[in-house]
Amino acid sequence: MAGFDKVVNTYEEAMAGLEDGMTVIAGGFGICGIPENLITQMKKMGTKDLTIVSNNCGIDGFGLGILLEDRQIKKMISSYVGENKLFEEQLLAGELEVELTPQGTLAEKMRAAGAGIPAFYTATGYGTDVAEGKDVREFDGRKYILEESIQGDFAIVKAWKADRYGNAIYRHTAQNFNPMAATAGKITVMEVEEIVEPGELDPTQIHTPGIYVDRLIQGTFEKRIEIRTVREG
Amino acid sequence: MGLSRDQMAIRVARELQDGYYVNLGIGIPTLVANHVPEGMEVMLQSENGLLGMGPFPTEDAVDADLINAGKQTVTTATGASIFSSAESFAMIRGGHVDLTVLGAFEVDAQGNIASWMIPGKLIKGMGGAMDLVAGADNIIVTMTHADKYGNSKLLPECSLPLTGAGCIKQVLTDLAYLEIRDGKFHLVERAPGISVEEIVEKTAGELVVPDNVPEMQF
Repeated sequence: MAGFDKVVNTYEEAMAGLEDGMTVIAGGFGICGIPENLITQMKKMGTKDLTIVSNNCGIDGFGLGILLEDRQIKKMISSYVGENKLFEEQLLAGELEVELTPQGTLAEKMRAAGAGIPAFYTATGYGTDVAEGKDVREFDGRKYILEESIQGDFAIVKAWKADRYGNAIYRHTAQNFNPMAATAGKITVMEVEEIVEPGELDPTQIHTPGIYVDRLIQGTFEKRIEIRTVREG
Repeated sequence: MGLSRDQMAIRVARELQDGYYVNLGIGIPTLVANHVPEGMEVMLQSENGLLGMGPFPTEDAVDADLINAGKQTVTTATGASIFSSAESFAMIRGGHVDLTVLGAFEVDAQGNIASWMIPGKLIKGMGGAMDLVAGADNIIVTMTHADKYGNSKLLPECSLPLTGAGCIKQVLTDLAYLEIRDGKFHLVERAPGISVEEIVEKTAGELVVPDNVPEMQF
């Protein structure tokens, strides 16, 4: 690996340095656009007491849900959880902590962290339980609450294609939280379906510039579907 | 008998305007998409990062990378755009969406809405609902007027944890179309065959009834 080349060849290398108690920001919405293989690697490593920041916690047996099997997650920061039985069990047993955060606020917390902004005011959640203990300020006659950004020790993201420098493009709505997650990790690890040579991707079409990406790996993806809805052909 | 789910969707659809960007919540709001008036162009926003949501795909066009906020596989409509979650909520929070339609457990006369948690039941989270109600100026809440025990869901004060404070101005129930202003519910229309008396009886919050309450036509 030299210069701007971010490519690593094994998942062990991709997640090297992950330790117990760390905070990991993960891209994905439901199980769409999730870094499947990086999550599998985290399961293999058996790292414990993790704080995971992700919109959801996968499903039973897939996505972040597999990290619940060996109780690797101490705390989830998410907007919507409980699509899996195991999650519910551990939550009710008090083995898992959850910090529910409005979806737009969660996205902005990641974006802000990546952009060097420690906190921001938002109207979202004002007057609700979410506002508890948070600074309130009025701007132009409207009340806003102060929300702090979230940086991860690691960020794990999934893109469609990237060049070796980490310039990446997402596919359809598999984009979701990935671009913000990519900016918010002290170490950002990206896995993609295809790695190409620098120059092959149109610079005007890049979603995530390579500056945010520390390690890049090509993987194969199952891409499970959570709710398959179809119409008659 | 009040309005059916489809009739509620039809009534909400009458509030659509040509060129509207609209966010539809899960349940009855989703049905509104089936009743967009002929010749009118409306673009549906899905908060996971899609503006211009199309119908469900045919079996051979199912794509795991293309879903809506309900995690269902969908397609893109002509003229659609796809973006990140931060961009999506910039649209929502920034007030760029013309109409938001969502369900609720309770609404009160101050325009507060409770739609995301019932204490004692498993809490799954608010998803994007708090951002949606905080950011939109034009929101229609769709819900039944009373719960299955006959208890009013239009209250002087919400009893459940709030999703947003002072943000709801329009409510369509199975019995009536109401507006909220000055700390009161105002009856605007009634469902076919539903008497003003029944609506008064099932509205716990202060209700203003004008002399003439037209019946909705279907």
